Amino acid sequence: MRLSFFTREATRALRRNAAPSFAALATILLTMLVIGVFIPIVQATTGAANDVRKRVLVDVYLTRDAKQSDVARVRAQLLETPNVKRVEFVSKQTAYQQQRQKDPEAFALLGANPLPDTFRVTPEDPDDVLKIASALAPEAAGGGNTPIDRSIDEVRTRRDDTTKILQVTRFVKLMAGTLAALLIAASVFLIANTIRLSLYARRREVEVMKLVGATDWFIRWPFVIEGIIVGALGTLLAILLLAVGKIAIIDPLASDFSLISAPDTMPFTVLIAVMMAAGIAISAVGSGLSLRRFLRV
Amino acid sequence: MAVKTGNSRLSRRAAAEHSPVAAARAVAVPHRAAPASPSVIEFRGVEKRYDVGAVGLDEATFSIGRGEWAFLVGSTGSGKSTIMRLLIKELEPTAGSIRVAGRDLGEIERKRVPYYRRNIGVVFQDFKLLPNRTVHDNVAYALQVTGGTRKDIRAKVPDILRLTGLSTKLHNYPDQLSGGEQQRVAIARAFVNHPPLLLADEPTGNLDPETSIGIMQLLYRINRAGTTVLVATHDNSMVDKMRRRVIELSQGRIVRDEATGSYVRDESTREFAARLRSDLPDGSLGA
Repeated sequence: MRLSFFTREATRALRRNAAPSFAALATILLTMLVIGVFIPIVQATTGAANDVRKRVLVDVYLTRDAKQSDVARVRAQLLETPNVKRVEFVSKQTAYQQQRQKDPEAFALLGANPLPDTFRVTPEDPDDVLKIASALAPEAAGGGNTPIDRSIDEVRTRRDDTTKILQVTRFVKLMAGTLAALLIAASVFLIANTIRLSLYARRREVEVMKLVGATDWFIRWPFVIEGIIVGALGTLLAILLLAVGKIAIIDPLASDFSLISAPDTMPFTVLIAVMMAAGIAISAVGSGLSLRRFLRV
Repeated sequence: MAVKTGNSRLSRRAAAEHSPVAAARAVAVPHRAAPASPSVIEFRGVEKRYDVGAVGLDEATFSIGRGEWAFLVGSTGSGKSTIMRLLIKELEPTAGSIRVAGRDLGEIERKRVPYYRRNIGVVFQDFKLLPNRTVHDNVAYALQVTGGTRKDIRAKVPDILRLTGLSTKLHNYPDQLSGGEQQRVAIARAFVNHPPLLLADEPTGNLDPETSIGIMQLLYRINRAGTTVLVATHDNSMVDKMRRRVIELSQGRIVRDEATGSYVRDESTREFAARLRSDLPDGSLGA
């Protein structure tokens, strides 16, 4: 009974203040649209950056005369090294076959297999890849590196590539994060401001309600419900537009363009749910809170 | 949520039982009976200083009995509105105590203020109607606020609108009404809960003399039904003609508190209006 009264009050206010209500609706529609486009973009970029970072490896080349027992010993040592996530063994033969597939003519000329056994070490944290390298082959006093095991011939990190990849991906992730934070802050302020404007236009009304003896929540509920309605409608429209955009533009492209089909992007249904919850919560809580100023009569 | 609203409605009902409304109805003393009835308003050494240092009210002490009619007069800034705003607990006194129907206002918590206000009808110079609501809905809002049911509203609103002479304007919006009509709506809203106390801050300030008489007549009718009425005004000729108790303020101090002229205790509304009209200075009716 109460709820229906408050809902009627809210819809009455929406109808009678069509212009400010429409402004609030449009604000929420636009911000939600931008957020809805931006969240997958941020996710795809960070996902792509992480993919690239996963390719940062330490290659441990063994000496050509390493035996089966040497291989086992080195593997155990590698696994004990801190920050090592995974160790993958690539035998001479496998390496030879892989390389021959890439460049059959060159390897046909070589005849014999010149490749050593190799361990590919994946670091826990790509930022620490250089530490692993120096742990496996500490710098010697006279310059150059001495591996910790006599069967290890060389430890390579492709240092230049690694630092470049790390720097670039770190920058990309940082940019995406900053932009997302700024965008969310801007939308919250924008929505709060719109709500405040529409409340300011009705502050006299609130004053009168207080004089007649309305409790704060009796005044507030219709405003909160109004916020819920406006937030839900605005977000719904934004979602519809996004869905149209997704079906018309993104889906046809996704098969040819790897960034869009990046594995880490959240599914559309989850995105919709998040947007709906955010839209409703921001506008409902926003109108409830903004009203506080005007309730002090 | 359903449980919560249920509770608040219960507590509201409980509050209403102890309210001065119920008390007034139970006693139902017509104001022409014993004048020694307990006071509805009691100011004791009330002082209000505003933050900027201005004095709103200085050592004000007076009391107004049940069913009494009193005027607050004085020039702008003399403290009339301060008294009104103190009475609806929009302001807090800096010293002294205010009692309304025996209840110390200082003891009412902020949260309970809305429930307290429901026992007081308030009428302002600028009417303070809700512009988005019809006449009917404006009056009904005062009932909805107290948790009044639809049945309640259907029973009370048409009655009070008939009393105030607005039966034909039910579905008009405030901006479609004249000033006098708007003030009648405001009075209807203030009185629909039958509060024991009605405050009117310059109720005729925006109205012409003839309309003012109509409004005063309406307030008088409400007063005769047993409601205490306190009117702040600077319309001295009106005050002189009404021959009621006058409390005059000057710079926050009470400088006069007396019944002017022959205090006509019992007089029908019609006689009352006729007297007001007859006493009008020549020309003001025609103008």
